[in-house]
Amino acid sequence: MDEKLSRKLRILADAAKYDASCSSSGAGGRKADIDGLGSTTASGICHAYTPDGRCVSLLKILLTNYCLFDCAYCVNRRTSNVKRAKFSVDEVVTLTIEFYKRNYIEGLFLSSGIIRSPDYTMEQMLLVAKKLRREHGFRGYIHLKTIPEASPWLIEEAGLWADRLSINLELPTEQSLERLAPEKDGASIEGAMAQMFERIEEAREERRHFSPAGQTTQMIVGADDTTDADVLRTSAKLYGHYAMKRVYYSAFSPIPDSSAILPLKSPPLMRESRLYQADWLLRYYGFQVEEIAESAEKGMLDLDVDPKLAWALKNRHLFPVDVNQAEREMLLRVPGLGARAVDKIVMARRHTTLRLEDVARLTSGLKRAKPFLIAADYHPNKKLDRQDLRERLIEKPQQLSLFA
Amino acid sequence: MSLHLITLKNGADLDGFRRAVRWLMAEELAPQHILWSLDEAPGLFGDDDLHDAPPVTLPKSVARLIEMCVCHSDPERYALLYQLVWRVLNGERDLLEIASDPLVHRIDMMARAVRRDLHKMYAFVRFRRMRTEHLERFAAWFEPDHFILEAAAPFFIDRFRSLDWTILTPIGSMRWDRRDLTFGPPARREDAPDEDSFEEGWRGYYESVFNPARVNPTAMRAEMPKKYWRNLPETAAIPGLIQTASQRVDSMMEQEATMPSKRTPERALEAMWDQEPKTLEELNAIIAKAGPLVPGATQAVFGEGPKRAEIVFVGEQPGDQEDLQGRPFVGPAGKLLTKAMAEVGIDRSKAYLTNAVKHFKFDQRGHRRIHAKPTTGEVKHYRPWLMKELELVRPRLVVALGATALLALTGKSTPISRSRGIAQFGPYRGYITVHPSYLLRLPDEATKREAYEAFLNDLRRIHDLAEADLDTGELPLAAE
Ligand code: SF4
Repeated sequence: MDEKLSRKLRILADAAKYDASCSSSGAGGRKADIDGLGSTTASGICHAYTPDGRCVSLLKILLTNYCLFDCAYCVNRRTSNVKRAKFSVDEVVTLTIEFYKRNYIEGLFLSSGIIRSPDYTMEQMLLVAKKLRREHGFRGYIHLKTIPEASPWLIEEAGLWADRLSINLELPTEQSLERLAPEKDGASIEGAMAQMFERIEEAREERRHFSPAGQTTQMIVGADDTTDADVLRTSAKLYGHYAMKRVYYSAFSPIPDSSAILPLKSPPLMRESRLYQADWLLRYYGFQVEEIAESAEKGMLDLDVDPKLAWALKNRHLFPVDVNQAEREMLLRVPGLGARAVDKIVMARRHTTLRLEDVARLTSGLKRAKPFLIAADYHPNKKLDRQDLRERLIEKPQQLSLFA
Repeated sequence: MSLHLITLKNGADLDGFRRAVRWLMAEELAPQHILWSLDEAPGLFGDDDLHDAPPVTLPKSVARLIEMCVCHSDPERYALLYQLVWRVLNGERDLLEIASDPLVHRIDMMARAVRRDLHKMYAFVRFRRMRTEHLERFAAWFEPDHFILEAAAPFFIDRFRSLDWTILTPIGSMRWDRRDLTFGPPARREDAPDEDSFEEGWRGYYESVFNPARVNPTAMRAEMPKKYWRNLPETAAIPGLIQTASQRVDSMMEQEATMPSKRTPERALEAMWDQEPKTLEELNAIIAKAGPLVPGATQAVFGEGPKRAEIVFVGEQPGDQEDLQGRPFVGPAGKLLTKAMAEVGIDRSKAYLTNAVKHFKFDQRGHRRIHAKPTTGEVKHYRPWLMKELELVRPRLVVALGATALLALTGKSTPISRSRGIAQFGPYRGYITVHPSYLLRLPDEATKREAYEAFLNDLRRIHDLAEADLDTGELPLAAE
């Protein structure tokens, strides 16, 4: 590989890494044509993990890190003094294809700083996607970052080539957006999200290809003073209105050459991880956002215990729950029982009566679950009422980033 | 009762296991009487009757689980699987639903291990280009934990169908030559190429996406255990990345915020927001460049007419003739429209005619190209262009010809029959009528004539509306 290209790749990968998403899921099973290249799988594949524990699935790069915008939290803002570079369309295509052939990646996640105009930038990104699909018969995964300031017809085109589209909200409130990202505007972001949502739904019904893996977004946590409860309320809205496939949370992390208005701290990784857990409760465990907000202190999630446990500790009167009797909805609320474990319990108990050792085979979270459940040969008795229950259940800060 | 010895082939011997199960079930031999062993090339059971045992039908979920678990490297796998089969066929048909059962649990764990191994193989195989002269050939060395070579093959074929590749492992090898898959003997690491010209770049990529402020090697090792590292070119960077991480973060945090070294690019910033097309020509150039958003079409067919036309007629999409000539409303329906316009005194050359969808969507049937109706989603893909087009023409009146045009103008599907007549399309005064092709499709002459009369009436009202004095804001005709 050419030395100059290598150098650009380093700059433009470094500039793209603050986007938490690298997922290659949701495009369904697609296979290469006779003379084509690439496939997709339902849940995607992580081809490597970096020492921050994050998955490397896609070639995640910016087309360029030159940018006319001036978002305070971003390393690429026009007032930062970082090294700049720009790929040509062909360079991105070559890198994607050659990396793909060597099985390094699932596909491409292309984003870009704004150069010349939002439309021009978006058009360049579309050219990359079109070239991959048309000239190389590329059937691997393509995730395009949509530029909400671009003309609406470019969004209409983008979904025809991409498997996933995303626009990062970045800041959970309109005020923060105004203060920290002066060129951006909440209304046009939501407008573009709504447009993508509509097209994605229509195409699904019509069995056509338009961003089949849906849309996602990201919010930065810790760059402003929004509470967890408000972050989650924003997420709930995004899931509800635009059927987001995922909302990513990205702990605001030090960047080289930072802006004066955003002093640097260590990234709040535990907070990020708790937000992911709470987010899962919203999507897969039937929790309402206000239930989680109520069990948080002053709107902030408990950093020592996971949000489900925090909720259960404040709602002890609803427990213990009998694994052999309780409704699925209630089992989902037992700390330490994941959705999969609950499904297995519900299926197994149709044929047998579950004892504690049976439950132990179905979940790895038995320690957390024990005070809250009843099995055929087990009752927690007074355990639930102990004052020090929370302290006893605090996990060692180890399983961090399970969700990130 | 004596023990029966059953010997299967080393590796994932699904066929052997199937045959054994048939025979054992036919003989009604319970698991405790069987001893399972493995051999390089077993003489089967030394008993040819085995082949003739009748087939055994198992629930699909059990069969699938067996396929997975025979790949496991645990020598006990066949014994465990036979226990499962025995219980399922002896009264416990739904055994798999009891995930808490110790046997089911153990077999589930085995299947999970195999699936994980497969998944890791999909993830961690690294192809290197072979030093072949002309042909592009790739090869990889991989060390799986279980006997998954055959099970993994479909994934690699589906993905790299057009490439010539070989995967070498200590338990066997496989080569895909873009047509056929062949399995070969076990290989050694040295059989694979020892470098590739893209690895350096890939390592650079890997290093660059690492965020030192989030260092968490435990999480990394959970997903990418050390045993895989020696075959992954990027992992050479790991120790260095971890070692320097905290220092890199400290230096970022200590650094004072810098002043931008360049002046604010005022001119570029201003120009940035000036991106909208300002003429129909500019808009049409954008549409042409985008290419069709529907299947079919040889070229985009743009709107046609004076830049400041009073009336805009919006049709559905270009047809066969329009697609060939690159002009709207020149086919049979267009001719009918032109004739009707002339009859009521609308000068076609003074009106602006366009379509909701700018490309001809069709199905190819032999030599014929059959019009295919654009879906709702497809019409909406074209909608932003249509809106921009209207903005540039700024007509007094917009006429929707047919349901597709109506959908494009309003964004909602409504039947024509219910909304025919005067309408409002956003900022534009509008009128809704049928598409002329509808008139052509009517079966008998009488209805045709009647429908044509109604169409002429609509056109007359359209004519009046466009002529009316708009300054008063009064509609010349009452809405129905
Ligand atoms: S638009 Fe804002 S967030 Fe995006 S690259 Fe430019 S400065 Fe960064």
